[in-house]
Amino acid sequence: MARAATTADAFNAVAEPRRREILDALALRERPVNELVDLLGLAQPHVSRHLRVLREVGAVDVRDEGRHRVYRLNPQALKPIHDWVASYQHLWEERFDLLEDVLEDLKEQEN
Amino acid sequence: MAQASSSTMDVTFPSDEEILITRTLNAPRHLVYRAWTTPELVKKWWPGRRGEMTVAEMDFRVGGAWRYVMVAHGEFEVAFHGTYREIVPNERIVNTEVMETPDASPDSEEGAVVNTVTFEEADGGATLVSIRTDAGSKEVRDMIAQSGMEGGVREQFEIIEELAASLA
Repeated sequence: MARAATTADAFNAVAEPRRREILDALALRERPVNELVDLLGLAQPHVSRHLRVLREVGAVDVRDEGRHRVYRLNPQALKPIHDWVASYQHLWEERFDLLEDVLEDLKEQEN
Repeated sequence: MAQASSSTMDVTFPSDEEILITRTLNAPRHLVYRAWTTPELVKKWWPGRRGEMTVAEMDFRVGGAWRYVMVAHGEFEVAFHGTYREIVPNERIVNTEVMETPDASPDSEEGAVVNTVTFEEADGGATLVSIRTDAGSKEVRDMIAQSGMEGGVREQFEIIEELAASLA
C-alpha cells in the first residue's frame, strides 16, 4: 500500500520549477493535459510524470471528460506550505519591525 | 556596498536545504550588530509579537553557547540553543540552532540548523541584514518542514501568494 503523502512530500512536489508552472496554470482554471503540454512546451510523457507527482501529494485532482483527462488545483493540499511560509515570514517581519524600534532608540542615544 | 531597498523583507530558497531572509534596516551597521548581540536588546525584538522572552544567554565567542527562551502568548515555553561557530564583529555571525524538545538532552545539537547572519552597509547609512539558514540535509529539512518550522525547497514565494487567494 502506498504510504500517506506528508507535508514534506508536498514541499518536494512544488520544489520543481515545471511543477510550479503547472500549478500556476491550474490556479487560473482547470485544464486538460494537452493544453498543459502546449503551455509548458514539454513532451506529453514529461507533463504526465509531473502531474502524477502532483496527484500523489493531493496538489491536483483529475477527472475524465470524454477522451480527455482534466486536471484542477486542490489548494487545500498546499495550505500547510502556505501556512508555514506565512508564519515564518510573519515572525521575521515582526522581529524586524521591533528591531527598527530598538535601533531608533540606539540612534537617539548616540546623538 | 549593498543596494538599499525599501524596508520590505524577502524570503527565498537558494537550495533544497536553505532558506534566505533579507531586510534593509534604517540604521548604521554597528548599531544593528549591537541590537543583534546584546542580550537585553535581543529580548526586545526576538520574540516578535508572540510572547515575552525570559532567557537570553549569550556566551558570545567562537565555541560559546547561546540559549533563548520565550513564553509564547503567556502559555507555553519555546526554547532554542546553539553554539557560535564564527564571529566577525559588525559583519558576520555563524551559529548553530536547535529547538529544544522534552525528550532530547538539554545540550544536544541533534537536528541543528546553521544560521549565517551577515550585516552589509547599504546606501543612505542603512544596513542590509541577510539570514541564511542551512538545514544541512534533506532529512533534517524535511523533519523541520513537517514540524512547521522550516521548508527550504521553494525558490520563489510568488506562487504561494497567488494561491493564498484561493485558499479557504
